[in-house]
Amino acid sequence: MSSPDPIDESMGAAAPSTRRAFLKAAGSATAIALTIGFEWAGPARRAMAAQAAPAFAPNAFVRIGSDNSVTVIAKHLEMGQGSYTGIATVLSDELDADWSLVRVESAPADAKRYANLAFGTMQGTGGSSAMANSWMQLRDAGAKARAMLLSAASAQWHVPVEQLNARDSVVYHPDGKTQATFGALVARAASLPVPDKVALKDAKNFKLIGRAQLPRVDVPAKCDGTAQFTLDFSQPGMLVALIRRSPRFGGKVKSFDASAATAIPGVVKVVQVPSGIAVVASGFWAAKQGREALKIEWDDSVAETRSSEAMMAEYRQLAEKPAASARKDGDAGKALTGAARRISASFEFPYLAHAPMEPLDAVVKLTAKSCEIWAGDQFQTVDQMNAAHTAGLDPQQVSIHTLYAGGSFGRRANPGSDYIVEAVSVAKAFGADGTPIKLQWTREDDIHGGLYRPMYFHKLEAGLNASNELIAWRNVIVGQSIVAGTPFAAFIKDGIDATSVEGAATIAYDIPNIDVELATTKTGVPVLWWRVVGSSHTTFAVEAFIDEVAHAAAQDPYEFRRKLLAKEPRMKRVLELAAEKAGWSSGPMPAGKGRGIAVGEAFKTFVAQVAEVTVDESGQVRVDRVVCAVDCGTPINPDVITAQMEGGIGFGLGAVLYGAITLKDGLVEQDNFNSFRVLRMNEMPKVEVHIVPSTEAPTGVGEPGVAPLGPAVANAIFAATGKRIHVLPFPKTEAT
Amino acid sequence: MPTTFVLNGKSTTLDVDPTMPVLWALRESAGLTGTKFGCGMALCGACTVQLEGRPIRSCVTPIASVAGKQVTTIEGLQSAPAKAVQAAWVKLQVPQCGYCQSGQIMSATALLENNAAPTDADIDGAMSGNICRCATYGRIRAAIHDAAQAIKS
Repeated sequence: MSSPDPIDESMGAAAPSTRRAFLKAAGSATAIALTIGFEWAGPARRAMAAQAAPAFAPNAFVRIGSDNSVTVIAKHLEMGQGSYTGIATVLSDELDADWSLVRVESAPADAKRYANLAFGTMQGTGGSSAMANSWMQLRDAGAKARAMLLSAASAQWHVPVEQLNARDSVVYHPDGKTQATFGALVARAASLPVPDKVALKDAKNFKLIGRAQLPRVDVPAKCDGTAQFTLDFSQPGMLVALIRRSPRFGGKVKSFDASAATAIPGVVKVVQVPSGIAVVASGFWAAKQGREALKIEWDDSVAETRSSEAMMAEYRQLAEKPAASARKDGDAGKALTGAARRISASFEFPYLAHAPMEPLDAVVKLTAKSCEIWAGDQFQTVDQMNAAHTAGLDPQQVSIHTLYAGGSFGRRANPGSDYIVEAVSVAKAFGADGTPIKLQWTREDDIHGGLYRPMYFHKLEAGLNASNELIAWRNVIVGQSIVAGTPFAAFIKDGIDATSVEGAATIAYDIPNIDVELATTKTGVPVLWWRVVGSSHTTFAVEAFIDEVAHAAAQDPYEFRRKLLAKEPRMKRVLELAAEKAGWSSGPMPAGKGRGIAVGEAFKTFVAQVAEVTVDESGQVRVDRVVCAVDCGTPINPDVITAQMEGGIGFGLGAVLYGAITLKDGLVEQDNFNSFRVLRMNEMPKVEVHIVPSTEAPTGVGEPGVAPLGPAVANAIFAATGKRIHVLPFPKTEAT
Repeated sequence: MPTTFVLNGKSTTLDVDPTMPVLWALRESAGLTGTKFGCGMALCGACTVQLEGRPIRSCVTPIASVAGKQVTTIEGLQSAPAKAVQAAWVKLQVPQCGYCQSGQIMSATALLENNAAPTDADIDGAMSGNICRCATYGRIRAAIHDAAQAIKS
């Protein structure tokens, strides 16, 4: 892995200003490069290319050096989900590159070239979209580069291009003897026109895509301490800032006394920023001591002062009132009234912190004319705009270097760019004098910091007819909107924030009468998407409740689901595969053990899981094994898919066992990993992952594995104990 | 007051606040950034280093307390168990985000240096203080067993 510098900077301002000059100079350069990208053509883009990176196109995804290196430019953040590897795999396969020569570097913030096509014109990573939106774009970029290298060899050897072949970064002559490495061909290839259209490989010819053991590009550096996260990034003269924020959401600084803080050796300056008081020091320790020495009086006149329990009490009331319709099939009200049997349940979901292992951090170097940012940046375009607004600059004056992120789970993708804006605010208040400043959050800042998965209440009712067929389904959801009041508010249609109801309004079961309603609440607690977004609660509610309905209908919960999925072949397939591999029909488990099943779709990826649990006499739960089946379309890297399912299962299990952020009088009651518990080694179940073979377009795997885990475990606990779980996290007495 | 100790086999003197945790002295004064900050309260293990061969949480260990002692970080791993652990981590593709893995590798190395054939229960005991939010725990367990086998053969 090279350092993730953007391509146009690595080319440098000193690069020759025309392609001819470049090629001439390239003869003596240690490494020259052929750059190619999607949407190369167009006079405007050519002009931009001439300015930014002479002789080479700006919207580039691959660079091949005369040293035979292949550098793939990743427009997506690598936060653990394997995006760098997936991106490089797709492009390198069409390129016929030697995987051992492939490196990945991070793209600069530039939405014109690096937009997430699933987001439209915005650069960013999220919604498990990296592979889905890059698939055709990167295949095309790789195939065009390959075509140009073959054309170069064709011209060099005077052999028709159709007679040439490429394999592992080498082009082969039909004579069986002559060959040329990609590196030897780049100078000539760079002088050729980019083809408008090239044929892509037939899936049966993929060499890297789908290969069982293709190592990740980022693993070696993550095993020897050399991988560079924002925490590790440093600049000469860099200072470190910590901010003391209001203990209540919405609280403001009334007054502060920094005299004791400034007396701490190493503290350079104390400045006020919109979110609180920042202590800027020579290093973390001095900044932390300085922060502890601050005396601040807070103004809580507009702050949130309620308790989360009071909010939930309000949510329970709201679920009894009419709400906005998110889905209406048939007449659920009438069908419920006429049903032979009615079943009802409610589910309560707490606020959840993301708690990525790397506490939020960003380095900012701000001057009157420029703002340079280094961060594990997930929403480059949004962050660029928010940083520019904060700094009083144009977005084009803000450059972003995206570094490895030590986890995110949604936290770094936030419409308000909270931690980026804070870092810019500190640099501005410090004097915008070009001093590099690293804003560092502590774990307590992270746990107290809001932007949680919202708290939700679900009320469900189902109706069975005399033949025990499910004829009516009603699901009322109460909770905050993630996108309301943000630039993403356009996602709210007819009063429905799709992120609040996805997985519930999209329920896949074939039920003639369905009514899904949403009551959107407002609180002072800032909220955000959290791994698998709406399905983090909706899949639990749907899958735990359908299990109750199956039980009421005296049917096997797997068979009951299966019958209702006749029109959903992909969902049905993962359900069947998980059940088969888990030995669902192998008979009852011994006393004290139980098996539970759940299935869900998120971001067009289908996942089913069977969980096996042991519950001892004291009620303590241990999840022994989880069997997972996933259909994510064409599997790009099976081992990364497996890893994401394993990780999603562990992440989801920690959340249902322990995860909760609670407020008392507006104060967050958790502080660190002692009170906001997450899964640990001794609690991790054995996980088996089975991937459905597919030639459908690939979809994402970072999030969907989380969704069915909670209900699968809850249903397994029911099978073992006869007790249903309706309040998350699971009762403490029932978890080890 | 400066503190002198042996860092990755070399005598090192760091002139920092004696109450400064070893974590920040290593990172900001010695320039070794492989050791990570995760919680600051010895709750997550991301900052694990070895002190005289035993794993400790460097985020709560004052630099003055390691005076005259041997500190080993991810950058200084040399032992056969350490190399086997790192090789197994690559072989089994353990890391996802990778942020906690220096600490995981330091804890796993200390385990194998003291116990050549750890059981699953031994692994639970030695590794449950190291949090991985990506939940790579299954692969960590498999990699420790793999490294133990590699050392034996």
